[in-house]
Amino acid sequence: MKTEMLIIAILVMATVTYLPRVLPLALFKRKIQNPFVRSFLLYMPYGILAAMIFPAVFFSTNSIISAICGAVISLILAWNKRGLLTVAIGGTLAVLIAEWVLMLVK
Amino acid sequence: MSDNKKLTFSAGLKDGIPIALGYLSVSFAFGMSAVSKGFPLWSPVVISLSNFTGTGQFVGVDLMAAGAGLLEIAFTLLIINLRYLLMSLSLSQRLEPNMSLLKRLAIAFGNTDEIFAVSMQQKDLLNYKYMFGIILSSYFGWVSGTVAGACASNLLPAMICSALGIAVYSMFIAIIVPPARKYWSVLQIVAIAIGLSCVFYWIPPFNKLSSGWAIIICGVISSAYGAYRFPLKSDNLEEGVQNEN
Repeated sequence: MKTEMLIIAILVMATVTYLPRVLPLALFKRKIQNPFVRSFLLYMPYGILAAMIFPAVFFSTNSIISAICGAVISLILAWNKRGLLTVAIGGTLAVLIAEWVLMLVK
Repeated sequence: MSDNKKLTFSAGLKDGIPIALGYLSVSFAFGMSAVSKGFPLWSPVVISLSNFTGTGQFVGVDLMAAGAGLLEIAFTLLIINLRYLLMSLSLSQRLEPNMSLLKRLAIAFGNTDEIFAVSMQQKDLLNYKYMFGIILSSYFGWVSGTVAGACASNLLPAMICSALGIAVYSMFIAIIVPPARKYWSVLQIVAIAIGLSCVFYWIPPFNKLSSGWAIIICGVISSAYGAYRFPLKSDNLEEGVQNEN
């Protein structure tokens, strides 16, 4: 890919990322009064994140077995109210150990 | 979850640190994969500087590497990024109402999945100082991880790269599990979203739909159900039906 094309493509990517982020924030200043819509918007993060995690998390590493180990450890840590960082490190380490064990077994 | 604390710039910086560290691993993987696909060293860094998004950047680089046209790149990424419409709409209700347009434009750039999820957990209305803080530390993690990944491309063993792939999902899990454990409403919403997401992943013909659309549909149906069954009067979940703990 030529450098000019690459730069144009990056600009296109940046534009289609920024547009959906900026439009509601720039155009929508009013407080929504409707309780249904307000509750809908408050619940939205959980619905979207849940859909983003499952089942994609199981295919986020080299093997589904190590990914399941990482997901289970993350779930246990999060259930015990550990912070973002602890859960992220715990999940990563669990995958690392699982893949190391898998390699030894093979 | 942080209760009743002052939303200052330094509080924002601090809340951004775990996000930044989670980002380090993901953006490291991004920088590395871009360079290993033959892109020049500077390009993943410029992409991280100008895009500041996870999935979109990975998919964008994949498409470019496959020789896709600009229109295809634009359309695919737009669909992946449509969820930001909902997130920004949601965030617009939590920002201080008198915030200037310029500050809103700046905050919009930093409305990533993680920054959105963490800032939405604050009980008070969000001011620009807190938002700038959380965006700044997260952005720093995102960009520096990309630089390190692009430079280190072949240094890191494949096993570590593979393990880092799960980091961002672990963060998402850390965000949704505590409220799902506490509130019956959130638990049901999460369960519905996961169920639908699995249908869109495995069951034909639904699995023909791109993941961007699937996430939006799962998010809309599950939160609409939640809003119908458990409408909230105030701006936090506290009044919702709590589980016994």
